[in-house]
Amino acid sequence: MSAITRDEVAHLARLSRLALADEELDHFAAQLDVIIGAVARVAEVAADDIPPSSHALPLTNVYRPDEVRPSLTPDQALSGAPAVEDGRFRVPRILGEEA
Amino acid sequence: MSLIHKSAAELGALVAGGEVSAVEVAQAHLDRIAAVDPQVNAFLHVDVETTLGQARAVDARRAAGEDLGPLAGVPIAHKDVFTTVDMPTTAGSKILEGYRPPYDATVTRRLREAGLVILGKTNLDEFAMGSSTENSAYGPTRNPWDLNRVPGGSSGGSSAAVAAYEAPLSTGTDTGGSIRQPAAVTGIVGMKPTYGGSSRYGLIAFASSLDTPGPFARNVMDAALLHEAFSGHDAMDSTSIDAPVPSVVEAARNGDVAGLRIGVVKEFGGDGYQAGVLARFHETVELLESLGAKVVEVSCPSFTTALPAYYLIAPSEASSNLARFDAMRYGLRVGDDGTRSAEEVMALTRAAGFGPEVKRRIILGTYALSSGYYDAYYGQAQKVRTLIARDFEAAFHQVDVLVSPTTPTTAFPIGERADDPMAMYLADLCTIPTNLAGNAAISVPCGLADEDGLPVGLQVMAPVLGDDRCYRVAAAVERALEGRWGGGLLSKAPAL
Repeated sequence: MSAITRDEVAHLARLSRLALADEELDHFAAQLDVIIGAVARVAEVAADDIPPSSHALPLTNVYRPDEVRPSLTPDQALSGAPAVEDGRFRVPRILGEEA
Repeated sequence: MSLIHKSAAELGALVAGGEVSAVEVAQAHLDRIAAVDPQVNAFLHVDVETTLGQARAVDARRAAGEDLGPLAGVPIAHKDVFTTVDMPTTAGSKILEGYRPPYDATVTRRLREAGLVILGKTNLDEFAMGSSTENSAYGPTRNPWDLNRVPGGSSGGSSAAVAAYEAPLSTGTDTGGSIRQPAAVTGIVGMKPTYGGSSRYGLIAFASSLDTPGPFARNVMDAALLHEAFSGHDAMDSTSIDAPVPSVVEAARNGDVAGLRIGVVKEFGGDGYQAGVLARFHETVELLESLGAKVVEVSCPSFTTALPAYYLIAPSEASSNLARFDAMRYGLRVGDDGTRSAEEVMALTRAAGFGPEVKRRIILGTYALSSGYYDAYYGQAQKVRTLIARDFEAAFHQVDVLVSPTTPTTAFPIGERADDPMAMYLADLCTIPTNLAGNAAISVPCGLADEDGLPVGLQVMAPVLGDDRCYRVAAAVERALEGRWGGGLLSKAPAL
């Protein structure tokens, strides 16, 4: 039995906003099946009573005073934008047609 | 001896003493890059005028009587995953082709403050995902020892630049071994500092709980000097450790292992390890014993599941981090023809801008974080992470440092593992546990494998904030072996 199907990979690609071609999906589905089969080995470790670690250091939230400090100018912030209009990022429509 | 063959410490002293100018040092390295980089492809970007401008500024500061640090006027190659305002920053990806960041990374800023002269930006596996530099969108870097082999990765441009005498120093980042593995297979020194010991601010994120900037150099002292120059607390990085930088330069100078307790990790060896790698490793362990260290075998049973845990945790974090490449605020935008929605443009851009390994990891990470799979994959991997940290903790009750080969094999041929992700992932087998636990580790050259005449690295792992111990052991090994070899390991490399 395969660890992951082509349909599942297609679904994950959609969730990840990756418009993959059919050949790419075929290729990745086969490779991801092998990879997921291999990483599933983590399940062999008996770890029911082990707390998870999300991080290497025992840090909790780090705060600083909420003070205004120098930051990027609008021009600097927009300097890498693919499209700009009136000092703002210009983006494709985000709502459906004919609102 | 020509300027390019000198150490960073020597170059810094020559510039400080006024015997040679920073401009002359920079020019010698720019000439070397022009001569050999067409073969090596270590650099993605070199800008002669920007480099010489930095060098002139150092010379002006010296002429004005300023007290410059030990690395002022020394050239450095900078991994193209750190932001730089005066050079493009691509992370090896088409999605960031030509991108000019509006701010410097903290590591970049500290290099500038130390008077280091940035020669250019080095090649890497796209978004630092890989072990060979073949995943770069701009073509692979080649290993100076054998141009048909990989220089390791992801920091393969940085390792190759130093091994090819294009720069005495370079920066890298290590998420699963991306400094230590390329250092090992190119015969140089590479250090992964304690997580949080060097700043991630302005480092393009791959897996934020693992990413660690660190130095490459041709000798242990140079690595320590660079480590000290860019490390230390940074308020701009919320996981930066607010503690003094371990005394790494002093440790590199000391190099005394008498009485030190060294543990050989039992789990790293045997099947899958190249005979020549194991032979050099065991000889080096005997050497350390002859220098007065007490060597014992230590078992770290959870290390055998570090690789699968890493390939769940790192892609999970990457799938989240790389969501920022959305074609809206910076970088590539594809398919915006006025009819398509933002979501369609986003999906087309990401499909066109990311390479295969990045796509695989985004999909894998999205899978591991999906409802229904989260507990079995990401959740379980986080528990394994706890067990690995506990193994280290138990080991460091018995010994001061742990040692292993840095990599199971020497540099592999370009193309051999390029479309076999699992084979590629095995290159990081010995380096990954340290990333998961956040402690410090170094790779130092320990000889050439008999089968192929290629470099082998010794990995020395120390506890969190025990970075100095890595340098102490590495310096001892370097001193003893260079005595035997009559020079550094790179003196055995073929001329380019």
